[in-house]
Amino acid sequence: MTEHQSDRLHALRTALEDRARDWLERALSEPDTLELSFAAAGRACGPAHATGVRVALLAAHGPDGERLGRLYQHGTAAERLAVLRALPELPLGTDGLPLVHDALRTNDPRLVAEALGRYGARYLTPHDWRQAVLKCLFTGIPLTEVYGLARRCAGDAELARMLRDFADERTAAGRPVPDDLHHALELTTATRDPAVPGEHQPPSQRSPFNQQSPFSQEA
Amino acid sequence: MRIFDPHIHMTSRTTDDYQAMYAAGVRAVVEPAFWLGQPRTHPASFFDYFDALLGWEPFRAAQYGIAHHCTIALNPKEAGDPRCLPVLDELPRYLVKDGVVAVGEIGYDSMTPAEDTALATQLQLAADHELPALVHTPHRDKAAGLTRTLDLVRESSLPIERVLIDHLNETTVDAATDSGCWRGFSIYPDTKMDPARMVALLRSHGTERVLVNSAADWGRSDPLTPRQVGEAMLAAGFTEDEVDLVLWRNPVEFYGLSGRLDLSVAEPLSGTHEGNSILRGGE
Repeated sequence: MTEHQSDRLHALRTALEDRARDWLERALSEPDTLELSFAAAGRACGPAHATGVRVALLAAHGPDGERLGRLYQHGTAAERLAVLRALPELPLGTDGLPLVHDALRTNDPRLVAEALGRYGARYLTPHDWRQAVLKCLFTGIPLTEVYGLARRCAGDAELARMLRDFADERTAAGRPVPDDLHHALELTTATRDPAVPGEHQPPSQRSPFNQQSPFSQEA
Repeated sequence: MRIFDPHIHMTSRTTDDYQAMYAAGVRAVVEPAFWLGQPRTHPASFFDYFDALLGWEPFRAAQYGIAHHCTIALNPKEAGDPRCLPVLDELPRYLVKDGVVAVGEIGYDSMTPAEDTALATQLQLAADHELPALVHTPHRDKAAGLTRTLDLVRESSLPIERVLIDHLNETTVDAATDSGCWRGFSIYPDTKMDPARMVALLRSHGTERVLVNSAADWGRSDPLTPRQVGEAMLAAGFTEDEVDLVLWRNPVEFYGLSGRLDLSVAEPLSGTHEGNSILRGGE
């Protein structure tokens, strides 16, 4: 367990009431009942802690790609969100990408935003990442939700072209251009970090990055 | 006037309806799993639909400050189609979800042996998952359908106090009342029950364990009929507290039997009701 995960568990234990805490301890110690605990986390621990508890359960039990995929496919919107949030902490490499793509196709902005978290920021191809950013602008998801926005925008001439075209389209229709767009456009003018996935690089096959350097190529 | 519609098929309603419902005081709904109009022919059609009741529809409702929960089941009509029966095997993984507050709608459509089996199986599932059950009385041969329904409930391990029997009317309300079940009434614009008749029934049979719903769906129906009932009650001399009991506290109590009701999404009413304390669900 990383220090961050340990801190998070401690915070959860402190925040939960006795019955919920006991439930959590049982759920953390029983890997076979993960599916059941995952489903019941909301009513067991309250809506405010449901996502945190679900992520903690996934981090503790570390389901493989197949089991995780099933948890996602069988999940409610809330459960799917927790799966997406937990992706960076699981030993998946790029195996979580199909779930990210599924979330990006949905009409639920919470899932789209979560798909653009740490894991999506690292592994989405440039084309798919640009399309997702544009979707945020279309659907009113604030770009502050996009993890690592500045680093991936930097030097992206193609994204800049797409943003300008979208701005032109809105203006021609007499409709407002989202403020976020101007901010993103400005970010594209910065110099690109060579560690960020480029046009012809496949997503990294290395293990999930640590918190300090999200785009580090080090294992 | 705060309203909890305990039986409404939001999948078949437009977003305009959510707006109108919110304006009328609706802050919570329960959407029972049912048929879609065009008959389903594959179990997978049900699973995508159940996922919508646990994903897209609660999201849509939340955009309008309305808390949305669902009931899950193989509905009476499609229980008669052998191609749909495998749905029963998948129900357990849905019945453990946070957002599922009952097994339903179950019951009879044409009173066939296949329907007997589906009803008995699902009553047992409700007992196994510590959920209440929402039972639909048939539109055809209703009184006989109710009798057979009550027989099956008594044979099951689900206590009658955890069963809501819906679409009741003048010819079925006595048997339902005597049984000790929760009593549901669906108020449609032209057919079935209307606000005036509903008020008469509340006078003669009391407000305890009564739920009033719009059962709004694909047909000619109106999500605002519970509001009309509330107004008719006030006009007939019932108190605001009695209206609140029937239109809010009774549904909260019945679905609260699941231990899963979460009304935190429901936005407080402006005006007379303040704060979130009134919106806490029953455990």
